[in-house]
Amino acid sequence: MKIAVCVKEVPDTSASKRIDPGTLRLDRSGEGALNLGDTNAIEAALRIKESSTDCEVVLISMGPESAINSLRKGLAMGADRAALVSDPGAAGSDIVGTTSVLAAVLASEAPDLTLFGQQSADSDGAVLWAAVADRLQQPLMSQATNLELESGSAKVKRQTEYGYDLIEAPLPCVVAVSDGINEPRYPSLKGIMGAKKKPQEIVGLESIGVSAEETGTAGSRTEVRALNDPPARGESQVIEADGEAAARVLAFLNEKKLI
Amino acid sequence: MSTVVYVEQHEGEAQRDSLGLLSQAVGLGLDVCAVVLGEQAAAVAAGLGALGAKRVFVADSPALAPPLPQARVDALEGLISEHGFENVLFASSVLTADVAAGLASRLRAGLNWGLVDLHVDGGQLVGTQPALGDSVFVDVGWTSTPRLALARTGAFEPKDVGGDTEVIPFEPEIAEWSTRATLLDREKTVGEGPAIEEAEIIVAGGRGLGAPEHFSVVEALAAELGGAVAATRAVVDAGWYPYSTQVGQTGKTVTPKLYIACGISGAIQHKVGMQNANVIVAINKDKNAPIFDYSDFGVIGDLHEVIPKLTGLVRQQKSG
Repeated sequence: MKIAVCVKEVPDTSASKRIDPGTLRLDRSGEGALNLGDTNAIEAALRIKESSTDCEVVLISMGPESAINSLRKGLAMGADRAALVSDPGAAGSDIVGTTSVLAAVLASEAPDLTLFGQQSADSDGAVLWAAVADRLQQPLMSQATNLELESGSAKVKRQTEYGYDLIEAPLPCVVAVSDGINEPRYPSLKGIMGAKKKPQEIVGLESIGVSAEETGTAGSRTEVRALNDPPARGESQVIEADGEAAARVLAFLNEKKLI
Repeated sequence: MSTVVYVEQHEGEAQRDSLGLLSQAVGLGLDVCAVVLGEQAAAVAAGLGALGAKRVFVADSPALAPPLPQARVDALEGLISEHGFENVLFASSVLTADVAAGLASRLRAGLNWGLVDLHVDGGQLVGTQPALGDSVFVDVGWTSTPRLALARTGAFEPKDVGGDTEVIPFEPEIAEWSTRATLLDREKTVGEGPAIEEAEIIVAGGRGLGAPEHFSVVEALAAELGGAVAATRAVVDAGWYPYSTQVGQTGKTVTPKLYIACGISGAIQHKVGMQNANVIVAINKDKNAPIFDYSDFGVIGDLHEVIPKLTGLVRQQKSG
């Protein structure tokens, strides 16, 4: 059994994020972190690994070389190895370009199950799994709040606007898990120490057989035209709670004639 | 620009955001058709003339009966290849987002998502995509056709313009692998108490409550204000509160006069479900919680102190 978890480095949420006015792309020069939703996907993979006898969990990602530091967090949680596609030619990829890269790696890894986490904390990623599943021509199940494997198939409980759907698909398939599926574990000290020694491969586009025209800014079918300020919201105030906080909320509600 | 709007339907009822998107496209003066898939598609299609769709393509094959995305991608691929639509527009939902992304991959087409506005600028289709926690509004475009756009929940309102439409059935070709995922069962959830979509006042609780029994704090304030209780996805998933009260991307979209968010960080998934409330009040311990960026009145502090006190003050005022 092999499980691939597609993960992404995002700017650390505690750091302030900015868009580079020159390239009109997210400035990724600052400290990075593993996308929070991806840790749910890693946790889901590790739980399957722990309940089976022979199972490998591989992290797959695309990003700058420094992203390997974030992948190490997943290795520290318990994943077995990491493969990162890092190539200047892949920077600025749109969804189709990113799909080409991930699908190429997944095609050669040939996992039984490919997992994605909930939408990434930066601007994109909410829809990538469906694009990758289509390219691989594998069944897709998204918004999984529960995932079970049994005899060559995966069963997912999916949350939608109308309730819950129970869906089943044969392996190999692609599953995107919700952030409510589990509580991701924190890496143990032993895990953190061990992570550095686990296999971590950084490869370029050429070695995975993806041409530079297919991906990156050159291959992008979408463009950023301009950056604007968001429309202004009316006056707002934020106060620090003191003994009077409740009274001030009441005064505000009265002022707005809401009671 | 020849345009097709994918109108999602659930048990014969068109998804409201799809209708809003259709109206937006018609309002832009685009040459607009619609497509409806699945059981009861024809019934939904007949009503789309009123919103300004000139033609509506419908397909209803067994593969399209379950609410799963991949057979829908097959159907749309065929339709778009045949008619050469330049713009293909989607309104976000769990199902539709997967359809749009699958189609982008299939057609090697550009997809811009999370759009809160769509306009035509100098003959070009332009979308508005909020980024970085909605702190920047990015104008996005396409460099090839077809242009795929996925609008954010609640982006557009349907507008009745009156008119008839021609309903055109088509026979989609569905690949074998597209039907490998199968629907085993559906679990419907029925709400108790006042429906949150109708409520004028909503008091909502999130993880910051700390424990399921602490919802009593939220319930007490809601009772005093005559409002309904809502919850975030995190606490619904954790089993603290029923799904029927969930507000956000995969829950309900609400527009009350007052929304009081207790212990809710206000991530984008929640925001899209309640951002159109007239007045938003937030109480949260974390001063960096995104909810404060779009609240009218925020309190940084312990909700377990502030909310019961507020409940008491409201009761006092009403009885005095």
